[in-house]
Amino acid sequence: MIDFFKNLDLTRRQAEKIIDDTLLNKDDGELYLQDSINENVTLDDGKIKNTNFSKTHGMGLRGVCEDVTAYSHTNSIDKVSLINASKNINSTLNSFKNYKHNNFVKKTNEKLYSAHNPIEEKSLKEKINLLNDVDKYVRSKSNLVKQVTASISCEKKIIEIIKTDGLSLTDDQPLISFRVSLMMKKGSKNTQGSYASGGRMNFDSYINENNWKQVCDEAFRQAEMNQEARKAPAGEMDVVLNNGWSGVLLHEALGHTLEGDFLYKKTSVFHDQIGNKIGNENITVVDEGNIPGRRGSLNMDDEGEKTQRNVLIENGKLIKFMHDRLSAKLTDNEVTGNGRRENYMFAPMPRMTNTFMMNGTNSREEMIKSVKEGIYVDALGGGSVDIVSGQFNFAVNNAWLIKNGKLIMPVEGATLIGSGPEVIKKIKMIGNDLKLDNGFGTCGKSGQMVPVGLGIPSCKVTMTVGGSKI
Amino acid sequence: MIRETKDLENLADYCIKKATAYGSTGCEVYVGSNVSETVNFRSQKIENSDRSDVLIINITTYIGNKKSSLSLTYIDKNNTDKMIEKCVDVTKLLPEDKYNVLPDKNLLAKNTRDLLQFDDTEINNQKKIEYLKHAEDSALNNKFIIKTNGSSFTQAKNNFIIANSLGFSSGFKKSEFSSYTDLVAKKNDSGMERDYDHDAKTHFKDLINPEELGNRAAKLTIRKLNPKKIKTQSIPIIFEKRISKNILSILSSSISGSSFARGTSFLKDEMNKEIFPKNINIIDDPLIERSLYSSSFDTEGVKSEKISLVKDGVLNNIVLNTYYSKMLNINSNGRASGLTNTYFESGTISYNDLFKDYENLILITDIMGSFGNPITGDFSCGATGIYFENNENYPINNFTLAGKVQDIFKNIVLANDLEFKYAKNCPSALIKEGLVVGGV
Repeated sequence: MIDFFKNLDLTRRQAEKIIDDTLLNKDDGELYLQDSINENVTLDDGKIKNTNFSKTHGMGLRGVCEDVTAYSHTNSIDKVSLINASKNINSTLNSFKNYKHNNFVKKTNEKLYSAHNPIEEKSLKEKINLLNDVDKYVRSKSNLVKQVTASISCEKKIIEIIKTDGLSLTDDQPLISFRVSLMMKKGSKNTQGSYASGGRMNFDSYINENNWKQVCDEAFRQAEMNQEARKAPAGEMDVVLNNGWSGVLLHEALGHTLEGDFLYKKTSVFHDQIGNKIGNENITVVDEGNIPGRRGSLNMDDEGEKTQRNVLIENGKLIKFMHDRLSAKLTDNEVTGNGRRENYMFAPMPRMTNTFMMNGTNSREEMIKSVKEGIYVDALGGGSVDIVSGQFNFAVNNAWLIKNGKLIMPVEGATLIGSGPEVIKKIKMIGNDLKLDNGFGTCGKSGQMVPVGLGIPSCKVTMTVGGSKI
Repeated sequence: MIRETKDLENLADYCIKKATAYGSTGCEVYVGSNVSETVNFRSQKIENSDRSDVLIINITTYIGNKKSSLSLTYIDKNNTDKMIEKCVDVTKLLPEDKYNVLPDKNLLAKNTRDLLQFDDTEINNQKKIEYLKHAEDSALNNKFIIKTNGSSFTQAKNNFIIANSLGFSSGFKKSEFSSYTDLVAKKNDSGMERDYDHDAKTHFKDLINPEELGNRAAKLTIRKLNPKKIKTQSIPIIFEKRISKNILSILSSSISGSSFARGTSFLKDEMNKEIFPKNINIIDDPLIERSLYSSSFDTEGVKSEKISLVKDGVLNNIVLNTYYSKMLNINSNGRASGLTNTYFESGTISYNDLFKDYENLILITDIMGSFGNPITGDFSCGATGIYFENNENYPINNFTLAGKVQDIFKNIVLANDLEFKYAKNCPSALIKEGLVVGGV
């Protein structure tokens, strides 16, 4: 842990006094302090292209009254800055007189990851050598490989949350990610592939001789397969999604629409559906922030609340939304440990952690066999959603055309679209092979990026496929 | 308050001296001070206020042809010293790369022009609240607008210095006033639809007035109500201006110096070849006054001038920084920070004339997902629009649009309605053929 008040003209006791003076007559709020260091080493075009260190250090003071939030942040942690932040908060919130101050937080002693510094686990030289090995390995697989980019990114993020009455909560959050992407060219046809692994455990859990080659193999498989791919079909049809990263379907089609801020704003397509059956019996969706070591896991969220397992949809019935302290208060629900922020420059909001669907009973083979005409997706890309209309989309990296229950040929260049409330009714079969993704998801909302986890068993669903072949 | 230029210059100079003292043979530094204040509004009242005051330093150190970079939020000199020392130490450990060099001295900007990008008008939070109240009131006066999904006003100020060990040191102050309103519409038992409008300007008096913002956003949202689904088909497409600008985004990422030098762009072999119809000209002009996207030099200090990217349909320039221009053995055109104000020269026919030759076509009003892949040239995204059928038209959604980026380029017809609103500006654009619509 670091002491944020070391060498400052501001002692911890003085800071606590300013926090009390500012926040005791508000409903809620906290001072959020952050110190993080990130190291990124990238190999590209056969050379170490970039090494970048970045240090993010700063604080943000938040005050909340009823449904109004005031936030003020700066990179300088000192007396003048804290007093100014306090003035900014008060000037927005000075009209609120009937406050109900609440500083109760569900604390945790759970350690889902250790407080190590991933940057120091390996020397820079070892990381450079490893990336050179990756480059050599990928290029040795085929002389059609024209470009390889590989990177190792390590982060150590330390946060402290100080609430009124000197209540202090801290967490030390390591994060590692290893990414490989490549481009293949045959004639004038370019194809690409990319894969990654990562999470909050130690370096060797993600980047050792056995697992780095698997990451390269998957990236290579995607690019190679697309060399033979034809135009994807267009129109509504059955789509079989593979297990794991395809959980991006849940994340976009359902997850975002179940975030608590869209409940109290009544903008979510599901805002008036709690307790109702919104999908088939066999659909159970969970958001779980306390799985050890995962990329989307946190000991405590960015409001200091313990993370937990939240069953959002159980056997097709909508049970609850994900909440931060504000949305929980405004909708009279319990906090769920989903208050997250990218860094000290942002106030928290309800966000997903690790979101996945529970197992069904079918096998993937059964699903493919049952499709007369459709596609099997074995690598999805990223996606996005409009939570008001429920419409979502994602890119397909790799897919096969299915005809009469058989995989016919690889197809490329497709987007999948649908609407959340419709698609949850159109999930026809769910596999018995739930898998969590490999640890590379990043979710964006209102300009804030946070690491998340995803998971899904294989499933069969009807969607619109955006290919260019009629 | 944003920091004064002198303070930033001193800090930049301090960083270069420190890097040199620790053993670097060359150094580039960016020191930027940003202050912004935002008020977010929802349902005609304040939802939150946000104030940001941040000082950022980015440093790149060179030892011969070795290079490493560092970015930090400023804490104090002591901490900065330690980070610079670490950056130089890391640089020593890295392999050489002959293209890792500072810009050629003769390409550095000498006299930097004031492009009138700073307006010190103070729009305090009370004034922001008044603006947003007017915008939301105007929006909600429209039938079928049932609520606002959020509206926002931001005033931001930035002052920065870019300096390097060749003696370059320059920067300027820039202000930004921006606003948006995001609305939800519903008609009887229809589903909810949302859309928004926004604006951003360097000068407050150029910013859209709140009534117009609210009404424009309302119009965009209401026209989406009661959408129909459509059949899978091949049909002419018109992109509205706020969508057609993406044609310049996919062009820009496909002609980056890195994608040409590394051979990853689908346009890599198209230099000096016709990729658009003969009447198409595309220009990038960094010197437009009062624009948010203008600068007479790039992040490396290299002079930026007006250039033609496509002339008479032929690709004749790409987006270059020093590293990739060395690799390609040409001079940098001062685009290390990307393109600036990019635009298509306006077409010759009216917006209405784009429609006249076709009985059926689709006007695209919104897209979801990426507008083309700069490596493969594949194009596929989700879309929302309006279907024109004989003399009738109705909103449609939940369909896809797919094809090849090359075909969009080749089949483009531009209207004469160019306006400068974004960093990339394109008139309304008809794509005669080549796109497939995926529906039910």
